[in-house]
Amino acid sequence: MTPLQGCLLVSSLLFAIGLAGAVTRRNAILALVGIELMLNAANLNFIAFWRYGPNPEALSGLMVVIFSIAIAAAEAAVGLALIIAIYRHYKTANLDEIKDLKG
Amino acid sequence: MSLPFIIIAFVTLLAAAAAMSLRNLVHCALSLVVALAGLAGLYLQLDAQFVGFAQILVYIGAVAILIVFAVLLTRSDAVPNQTVLAPGWSVGIIVSAVVFAMLGWATLNSPGLARDMPSIPRATVKDIGDHLMTRFLLPLEVIGLLLTAALIGAVIIAMKEEPRSNSSGSRGNEAASFRKTEPPHVGPHEAAKGGRS
Amino acid sequence: MTWIAQNLWLIPVLPLAAAAVIAVNKQPQRKLAATLAIGSMVLAFLLSLCALSATLLHHGDGAFREVAGFNWLQFGGQWLQLSWVLDPLTAIMLVMVSFVSLLIFIFSVGYMAHDENFMRFFCFLSLFAAAMLGVVIANNLLLFFICWELVGLTSYLLIGFWYHKPSAAAAAKKAFVTTRIGDLGLLLGMVWLYAQTGTLNFYTTNGLGCLEQSALSAMVTHITAAGMAVSTAIGLLIFLGAVGKSGQLPLHVWLPDAMEGPTPVSALIHAATMVAAGVFLVARVYPLMSAGAVAGEQGVPVTTALTVVTWIGALTAIFAASIAVAQTDIKRILAYSTVSQLGYMMLGLGVGGVAVGMFHLITHAFFKALLFLGSGSVIHGCHEEQDVRKMGGLKKFMPVTFATYAIGMLALAGFPLFFSGFWSKDEILHAAHGWPVSHIPFFIGCAGALLTAFYMTRQVALVFFGEYRGSRRKEAHISSARTGTKSEPPHVGSYEDQGEPHESPAVMTLPLVILAVFAILLGFIGTPAWPWFDGFLKGEPAAFDFSRLTEGGTLGLMLASAAIVFTGLGLGWWLYGKRLRRTVEEPDVLQVAQPAVFRLLENKYFVDEIYEATVIRFNAGAAGFCDFLDRWIWGGVVLLVTWVTLGLARLYRFTDDFVVNLGFDTGCEALREGGGELSGWHSGRVQNYLRVIGVALVVLILFLIWGRKS
Repeated sequence: MTPLQGCLLVSSLLFAIGLAGAVTRRNAILALVGIELMLNAANLNFIAFWRYGPNPEALSGLMVVIFSIAIAAAEAAVGLALIIAIYRHYKTANLDEIKDLKG
Repeated sequence: MSLPFIIIAFVTLLAAAAAMSLRNLVHCALSLVVALAGLAGLYLQLDAQFVGFAQILVYIGAVAILIVFAVLLTRSDAVPNQTVLAPGWSVGIIVSAVVFAMLGWATLNSPGLARDMPSIPRATVKDIGDHLMTRFLLPLEVIGLLLTAALIGAVIIAMKEEPRSNSSGSRGNEAASFRKTEPPHVGPHEAAKGGRS
Repeated sequence: MTWIAQNLWLIPVLPLAAAAVIAVNKQPQRKLAATLAIGSMVLAFLLSLCALSATLLHHGDGAFREVAGFNWLQFGGQWLQLSWVLDPLTAIMLVMVSFVSLLIFIFSVGYMAHDENFMRFFCFLSLFAAAMLGVVIANNLLLFFICWELVGLTSYLLIGFWYHKPSAAAAAKKAFVTTRIGDLGLLLGMVWLYAQTGTLNFYTTNGLGCLEQSALSAMVTHITAAGMAVSTAIGLLIFLGAVGKSGQLPLHVWLPDAMEGPTPVSALIHAATMVAAGVFLVARVYPLMSAGAVAGEQGVPVTTALTVVTWIGALTAIFAASIAVAQTDIKRILAYSTVSQLGYMMLGLGVGGVAVGMFHLITHAFFKALLFLGSGSVIHGCHEEQDVRKMGGLKKFMPVTFATYAIGMLALAGFPLFFSGFWSKDEILHAAHGWPVSHIPFFIGCAGALLTAFYMTRQVALVFFGEYRGSRRKEAHISSARTGTKSEPPHVGSYEDQGEPHESPAVMTLPLVILAVFAILLGFIGTPAWPWFDGFLKGEPAAFDFSRLTEGGTLGLMLASAAIVFTGLGLGWWLYGKRLRRTVEEPDVLQVAQPAVFRLLENKYFVDEIYEATVIRFNAGAAGFCDFLDRWIWGGVVLLVTWVTLGLARLYRFTDDFVVNLGFDTGCEALREGGGELSGWHSGRVQNYLRVIGVALVVLILFLIWGRKS
């Protein structure tokens, strides 16, 4: 197993854990936490490929990750604001109770 | 695959698993902080120093705090004695297991990934700054716009509504405390009300 | 071509125009109608005189005949022509018809003066005159048939003139239907004639007419069914038409009932002209009927067709004369007398040729019209009474009528020497005596002459002699109505102050006088001493020769017929003149003597009843059968089609309801349920969505891997 493969495995596992949490826990905030974990796993993927990839001088991988972190921050802010607004409306933060979009 | 790498990876994964499975939400948030810190360490291991420190600054310094705030703001009075897991949680576990299996299998069986290790790259802050100002100028500006929009959007979404006849009802203490914490904006208040209604 | 031959068509067209003008007039204008009708008839008479004079001018040069015509319609390559002929037969017939019609028109002005349908009467009369004149001048089968049918139509219209009387309407229908049977034979004969000869014209300028030699010789040799020559067969068929129109034996039943019409109609149509049309027809196609003959005595041809004509004529003569003996209606006696005399004419045509038959036709026209008009005068004078038992002694009330009536009666009976009937009937008996086939028609003719004299004497005695037996009061109308013999509706406003019979006005008696004069004078053109008529028709000059009176048994025959007439007159006078009838209800002398025979004669040998039981019943049965066919069979077919259509419609609806609709409904239901099913998958729970995304991710990766591998 090369270091790259090792890093990729770690990121996959992290991704799977994040996914498991996102679809399993009741609380909405924890779903968001899981999503953050998935994002971080993707960032790790990028860095791994930058480090062990063909062209590290271009710094593309680094740049992508920097921007990804910024975007993730913005998205977390908006997502949590949404959760607060939903909590205010539904009086609950449990995801399975929020099913007004049921088709 | 040096030893520090393995240890940091293990810690990260453990913290992540804890973040996902603890009952107390604040404990989950704190576990998340540990996981994020472990990830920063992994970045440092991979010679992406700037990214590692950016991770600590942004993720742990802002996102984790935000999550803590959100947890505090959405606490209901009665202590929930319900289950932690959502209904149909087994399916979720299965799905994530399948995803991991798939990714892992793809990783391990891809011939293109088995390569020689290249040398350590040089990624100074000066280089990053150069790249930001020349090649990645547009994304930089767009990110600025995005952050502005996100900021304004988050404020508007989370702002308390004007009390209506049947919509206000009995608000919890959180609303009152929220009102106290946020300074009232007269201008955007009307605009936001107009935008929301 | 003489001017008159070219313009012969004017003669029928003038009364036709008069009829048309009268027909379109809405307001009753009697003076106009009468003037038009009589005026057109005067013009027609003058033109007929022109025709006669033209014929006389060319007399003696052999058979004179001029034909003119025009093309009418085109049939593919052939033209349908209408043509007329001017020859001695035509000329003499034209003069007779137009003159007698003119006199009867004048008589009708007085007779129908009180009738409110004056205009209609004169319109129909003019139309009839036009049609009859058309029959006379026709040289063409088509024109002949058209005018023949028109004559039948106007006869129907005029018999049923008082159509609100059911007996009149029934009589008109009977006349039309009976003559129709005869017309069928005529039509068949004409069509066969056209098919055989290829032309519709009787005579043409180049000798190709169907009555001319070339056509006749071809038809004589052509043998058809039952071994008859074609000429015989066609002749018999055409004779069938004459049987219907002239009231010969099987088809005579309509003539007595036709007396329901007004008296001028009876005089014109059923005495002088229309019934004579049948005789005229036989005379016209005489060349056809006499073709291929074995020459008899005096050059008279004997053929099968002519033999049939003779026998039927003879039987009709005796049959009708015997019935007339027992009748009580003044017009019916005259009607049966007409039938009998028509039989004589046919007999004459058969045994003696055209001249013999036509001579009797001409003389008969005059004295029969005279007798009918006289009876009309009597009826008018007796306030619409027609039963002879209720008349009597009218000699002193109506002297002019009596005098003219007596002249007519003597002419009909055949009083020797001075009256035309004697000469014409004698010609017939003379020819019958010399007939080579059989002498029986001669004896029948003699017996008929006896009966004729007898019943005419009876009639005159009952009507004019003795005491007046009718009611002299106003109830004359009512009593006659009660006995049911009244057939003419009362004149409007004719309630006389006295109930006694009176003489008719001059407008009615003047024609009587004129006709009487001719009844006497006409006889002299056909005597054996001066056979002018015979010569005229044949185109030879006739010289005045007294010696002919004595040759060939002619004188003996004249004496014999005179004896017969005197016997009849004497018998009639002895039975009815001497022992005058006193009352109305007294039974007839003959009835007392021979009640059974009298009853048979009175009921016309029950011929009407026989026809009713056989033909009419058969016809009703056939009509009922056809009705059944129409209602159940054809109606059944229509119903079947209806049911099939309805069934198909129901099937369509069933298909539509249960197959199409159900299919659509089921499909739509399935769609809706499917949609509902699918929408059930949207739980609204975000985590479920996320799970699905995870699965989809896996599937996508698998596709990518395996897609690349293969």
